[in-house]
Amino acid sequence: MGKIVIDDQVMDNVEILAKLSLTGEERAQAMEKMQEILDYMEQLNTLDTDNVEPLVNLYDRGNVFRDDVIEDNDIKSEIVAGAPKQKDGQYMVPKTI
Amino acid sequence: MSKQYETVIGLEVHVELSTKTKIFCGCSTEFGGAPNTHICPVCSGLPGALPVLNRQVVEDALALGAATHCHVNRLCRFDRKNYFYPDNPQNYQISQLYLPICHDGWLDISTGGGTRRVRIHEMHMEEDAGKLVHDEWEDSSLVDFNRSGVPLIEIVSEPDMRNSEEVIAYLEKLRSICRYLGISDCKLQEGSMRADVNLSVREVGSDVLGVRTEMKNLNSFKAIVRAIDNERERQIELLEEGRQVEQETRRWDDNKEYSYAMRSKEDAKDYRYFPDPDLPPVYIDEQWMARTNEDLPEMREEKAARYMESWGLTEDEAALLTDSRNIAEIFEKTVSLCGQAKKAANWLTGETIRLARETSVDLDHVSFAPEHLAALITLTDKGDLNNQNARKVFEAIFTDDADPEIYMEEKGLKTVTDTGLLEEITDKVLSDNPKTVEEYKGGKTKVLGFLVGQVMKQMKGKADPGLVNRMLTERLVSYKLPKNDD
Repeated sequence: MGKIVIDDQVMDNVEILAKLSLTGEERAQAMEKMQEILDYMEQLNTLDTDNVEPLVNLYDRGNVFRDDVIEDNDIKSEIVAGAPKQKDGQYMVPKTI
Repeated sequence: MSKQYETVIGLEVHVELSTKTKIFCGCSTEFGGAPNTHICPVCSGLPGALPVLNRQVVEDALALGAATHCHVNRLCRFDRKNYFYPDNPQNYQISQLYLPICHDGWLDISTGGGTRRVRIHEMHMEEDAGKLVHDEWEDSSLVDFNRSGVPLIEIVSEPDMRNSEEVIAYLEKLRSICRYLGISDCKLQEGSMRADVNLSVREVGSDVLGVRTEMKNLNSFKAIVRAIDNERERQIELLEEGRQVEQETRRWDDNKEYSYAMRSKEDAKDYRYFPDPDLPPVYIDEQWMARTNEDLPEMREEKAARYMESWGLTEDEAALLTDSRNIAEIFEKTVSLCGQAKKAANWLTGETIRLARETSVDLDHVSFAPEHLAALITLTDKGDLNNQNARKVFEAIFTDDADPEIYMEEKGLKTVTDTGLLEEITDKVLSDNPKTVEEYKGGKTKVLGFLVGQVMKQMKGKADPGLVNRMLTERLVSYKLPKNDD
């Protein structure tokens, strides 16, 4: 894959996807940082990894599971109470179809 | 119409698992609780909360994969599907994209048009979203996260189906397998099975796929059939007019029998999947696979074939008995106890289904001891119960798992076999009904039924109607009406 350039068009899309609204200065800064990250990835891509085992996860010591057993908690109402708006024990959000 | 068109259909089916707890936390999956009573920091997406995978979900996915001839990825992992929607508290759904648990399986389906193999592209584990309810008063939406994190398996087929009949056959087969495995009850109406239909049309003979649409909100088999037929017509019409089918997602409205395009958002379909760093990969070794295969139950079709082969049941009987694995198991135990396959089948396909329907009991939840059904069959064979009373006893078995022998004695339902008493009553009925006897003698033999009824009434139903019939017929041959002296 060719080098990805963070131009205005890419940035517009990123803002939409990530629901960001940035000021001009923030936007310029973000574009610069993102370009740096992508350039670094580009640099990594140049490494020869033919003889390296793929790493799937940093924690890789076998399976980690829970048993199918109910665990209750007493903070449910507190969780909902953390929302900006609630009604009848439910989160209230802008109308969504 | 000049051109002949072929419909090409692939399905994405979501099956909600019936595990006790959610996929990544210990919250209950129970349906219908008050809003937000089955939530915790994990399934309500609080920052810092960490998911831990429910082992049972992997077991269920492996079982379904094995039953549908899938290959298993010995190493699979979870990915984040990113999108913003209030029913999705983390702003991503944990799903599997790059290394799903199963892939490349198949199911054979049978319809009037023959047998067809439907290939399964892949199968993955993921979490369900919460529920949104619109609040009319406040002009806003209310969110309930009870369903958030309930485990789902998504089964993605290849575009191998050609009409709605095949789609229904595929869904029914998938549902039967899930129910036999005990991993889901697969109720479309309640949303524990959901099907999205991908459909395109092309000219017969073409091997190029047309532009497809995806249809959502199909809550019953009937809705699926109507939606498929409607979408096929819509696409053909567009093509005939020289227009193009747009690749889009459409929502079916079953009341209006019409689907409409869902507003394509400006950020449509860019989910920016990436591996979830919070969840380590899942390793499935040979042993685990072998155990899964060993534990697979005999499925419906094999069972039905065996019933026809071993016990001479008809195709219909075998199909009814094996619809629910529970009923099939009651059947097999009953037969092993009393050796009467045909009679056991009659009770289980007739009265059982009737009573289950009347009392709205799911066939999977019918529970009575096979010993009791076997005992009932033996009692009827011995002549202790006539058909009518046997049905009464069966009703008690069905509702209260009653012991038939005890129930029969308690309710005094046992058939009286004392022929002396029967003769006495027969004679009495004949002398009490001279007019009827006269009619009978005059050739109107249909009235015999009335006389049998009278004897049964006097016997309080505790006689064998066949025997009463025979006795009356015999008696009437030589019977002389008493002389009327007046």
